[in-house]
Amino acid sequence: MSDILIDIQQLTFSRGERVIYRDLNMQFVRGKVTAIMGPSGIGKTTLLRLIGGQLKPDSGHILFAGEDIPKLSRSALYAARQRMSMLFQSGALFTDMTVFDNVAFPIREHTRLSESLIRLIVLMKLEAVGLRGARDLMPAELSGGMARRAALARAIALDPELIMYDEPFAGQDPISMGVIVRLIRSLNNALNLTSVVVSHDVTEVMSIADYVYVVAEQTVIGHGTPEQLRAHPSPLVQQFLKGEADGAVPFHYKAAPYEQELMELVG
Amino acid sequence: MIADKLQQLGAGTINNVRGFGRAGIMLFGALLGKPDIRKGFPLLIKQLYVIGVLSLLIILVSGLFIGMVLALQGYTVLVKFGAEQMLGPLVALSLLRELGPVVTALLFAGRAGSAITAEIGLMKATEQLSGMEMMAVDPLRRIIAPRFWAGVISMPLLALIFTAVGILGGHLVGVDWLGVDGGGYWSAMQANVDLYQDVMNGVIKSVVFALIVMWIALHKGYDAVPTSEGISQATTQTVVTTSLAVLAFDFILTALMFGG
Ligand SMILES: Nc1ncnc2c1ncn2[C@@H]1O[C@H](COP(=O)(O)OP(=O)(O)OP(=O)(O)O)[C@@H](O)[C@H]1O
Ligand SMILES: [Mg+2]
Repeated sequence: MSDILIDIQQLTFSRGERVIYRDLNMQFVRGKVTAIMGPSGIGKTTLLRLIGGQLKPDSGHILFAGEDIPKLSRSALYAARQRMSMLFQSGALFTDMTVFDNVAFPIREHTRLSESLIRLIVLMKLEAVGLRGARDLMPAELSGGMARRAALARAIALDPELIMYDEPFAGQDPISMGVIVRLIRSLNNALNLTSVVVSHDVTEVMSIADYVYVVAEQTVIGHGTPEQLRAHPSPLVQQFLKGEADGAVPFHYKAAPYEQELMELVG
Repeated sequence: MIADKLQQLGAGTINNVRGFGRAGIMLFGALLGKPDIRKGFPLLIKQLYVIGVLSLLIILVSGLFIGMVLALQGYTVLVKFGAEQMLGPLVALSLLRELGPVVTALLFAGRAGSAITAEIGLMKATEQLSGMEMMAVDPLRRIIAPRFWAGVISMPLLALIFTAVGILGGHLVGVDWLGVDGGGYWSAMQANVDLYQDVMNGVIKSVVFALIVMWIALHKGYDAVPTSEGISQATTQTVVTTSLAVLAFDFILTALMFGG
């Protein structure tokens, strides 16, 4: 078995006229936590959807355990998806089911285990995220942080090989942030998962990732272990890590010069 | 100017055709393939309850009132010709052929159709559909298909219930209140209503309307722009589009069944 679970080669993807990625190359090593960092709106969520096969690239390869995701047939894609799992930015819990049923959902869909066994597994997963007591609540009764953790329990219900986290730290208080950071790390080690974490929270990411890709301007601008990145020569990477608004990467969405627009308004 | 208008017209047409295509693909994806009885059956039962059983009250009440109004209006005309014994067939035929299927479809579109659009639109907006897809569960089969079948099964039944209650309402006004002969009400109805021509055609209409209403409602939700305005627009569109489509198809079907 090769060491690389996901291998993205020469990926190009655009939304209408707008190119999101051009010739993107990335590798995710089995059993490691790999982080993708980049400014907001750069296409990080889009990349996860590409890996999950929900979007099709214009060109390039996305190899998941040797299979090229964009070329898979529908049934092969669904089989591949059973081996991966994704934690959405919003959690995406099913609002018409209790927390328990949400976590049980993938198990009931894909296995024929008895209810008592399902109960055992669900409680185990809920215990892992600290929500065993919340099993009978509806998603509307959870706080944002609890919903994220419930969604995490559902994401690991079937022991996937790969788990993709979309902005797991956004909108979390410092305590649940710490809890989630430790959860990602310990799940990765305990279940022997491969984790992909998408985020722009530099400190948290640098503390848990084994390897980091920094994405900007349609491609990877720097990659390496956290230590390597801190010493990275590129001013772009340094600007992003230090969080400076002015630098090589523009903070503003592409627009006409501000003075010009003001002048036009004044007439 | 004219070129602009033409261009708009063309763009609008292309958009509509595209929408049609997407709606077709959605339905195709939902209904194709062998159904999984073990998982599908409980989902269908649940939707039959949500879509069908919960629509019962509005159907019963409306059916009763429509039947009563029909009898009242019919009586005032028939009595002038001394033909009030024909009240039974008048009420029964109006309900079986037209009002039962059509009014049920309109009420159903407002009560269940709009709810389905909003529900699915919101599922899309909150990434529940995407999430399901990533869990290797096809939302077309899991969400769309059971709702579609539940609607198609329950609407003809609701239309029959509507008609039956309407006939009782007609009896209430015609016989119990206005004094038309009770035996005559039923026997004239029996003599003038044809099982195939009237009852079956009404059921066929109802099935066609059910297909239309469910298809539009599901597609509007599935295709909704995943924002609050998008969902509110989609819900409105469902009610408007289904109502117009039902009325238009009613004319076509009536012309085919009873015209000429
Ligand atoms: N459905 C869509 N249709 C058209 N364009 C889209 C769509 N979804 C996203 N985009 C565009 O693609 C770009 C990348 O979006 P994406 O959600 O992947 O960004 P992101 O890096 O995850 O941002 P954030 O950190 O804010 O979550 C955005 O700039 C957006 O304008
Ligand atoms: Mg995102």
